[in-house]
Amino acid sequence: MHIMEGFLPAKHALGWAAVSLPCVALGLHSVKKKVRENPELKMLLGVSVAFTFVLSALKLPSVTGSSSHPTGTGLGAVLFGPLAMAPIATIVLLFQALLLAHGGLTTLGANVFSLGVIGPLIAYGIFRAGRLARLPQGLTLFVAASLASLATYLTTSIQLALAFPDPVGGFSVALAKFAGIFAVTQLPLAISEGLLTVLIFNILSKHSTRELQDLGLPLTREGARP
Amino acid sequence: MSKSRQNALLLLVVIVLIAYPLLTVRGPVAEPGKDAPAMFAGTDGQAEGMIRQLAPDYQPWAAPLMTPPGGEIESLLFALQVALGAGFLGYYLGVKRERARWSAESGPGRAV
Repeated sequence: MHIMEGFLPAKHALGWAAVSLPCVALGLHSVKKKVRENPELKMLLGVSVAFTFVLSALKLPSVTGSSSHPTGTGLGAVLFGPLAMAPIATIVLLFQALLLAHGGLTTLGANVFSLGVIGPLIAYGIFRAGRLARLPQGLTLFVAASLASLATYLTTSIQLALAFPDPVGGFSVALAKFAGIFAVTQLPLAISEGLLTVLIFNILSKHSTRELQDLGLPLTREGARP
Repeated sequence: MSKSRQNALLLLVVIVLIAYPLLTVRGPVAEPGKDAPAMFAGTDGQAEGMIRQLAPDYQPWAAPLMTPPGGEIESLLFALQVALGAGFLGYYLGVKRERARWSAESGPGRAV
């Protein structure tokens, strides 16, 4: 999902940055507020950052013969709200843009939007909807994290198709081409990501029950079954 | 199913999902006189190729400030990223586990 440095026209790069910036600011504000109210949550926030660090660095092979990486943003979104991951994704993307030449500063806005805004929004929305519908928590979490991962890669495809429409078929043909690269490869990875998110959540619900309760995630035995 | 059983099962499925493509995907065939393309190439790079195909005249207008000198150094930095994350996760769970054990051991003891 990393759009390489310089690979978005300046107008697009600026546009995505303009969309992402307020999300990062709002996310920072909401995270600060949560941690100020309850300093115990700081460590759990660290867990969300660490989970994203690990997952977004693991390039996994896929059935398409290509490899790609999970996002790890579903956990933090479910725990801390939809915008909390925007600043966290920015940290990860900056690390990769500055040290690894993965992504870039000019494309940071677009990449933050796919990894830190859309993915987490989807994860949060599905998780909330699942809770309202009283679906089992593990299942909801799995679906939320998996679809968030796919949504991130679909967003990248849309961003690239908007910037580089097919000379003949226009946006939709370009979207099919980019999504063909990203989304299909991501399918098995998204499943892995969903499973790993349920795994870490299971571990957290055993060891950090109180913090999760503070975040409004009371866990019942039957609720945690996938 | 107990929690730890469930966790082990989740991990097992992830391992199968990762191993399956490694075992089943066959490498791309080399064109005569050329090396075979790399297996499991990254999708980010493939998207870059698609951009070049869709817009051959497009010139990237910025270059990375620092490019890792070689694939090995790139692996080093990715490993560093994982180590930072995994290190923190391990530390956190270790603290939590020990804290729970201590309070379980010393709590009732003090009461007596």
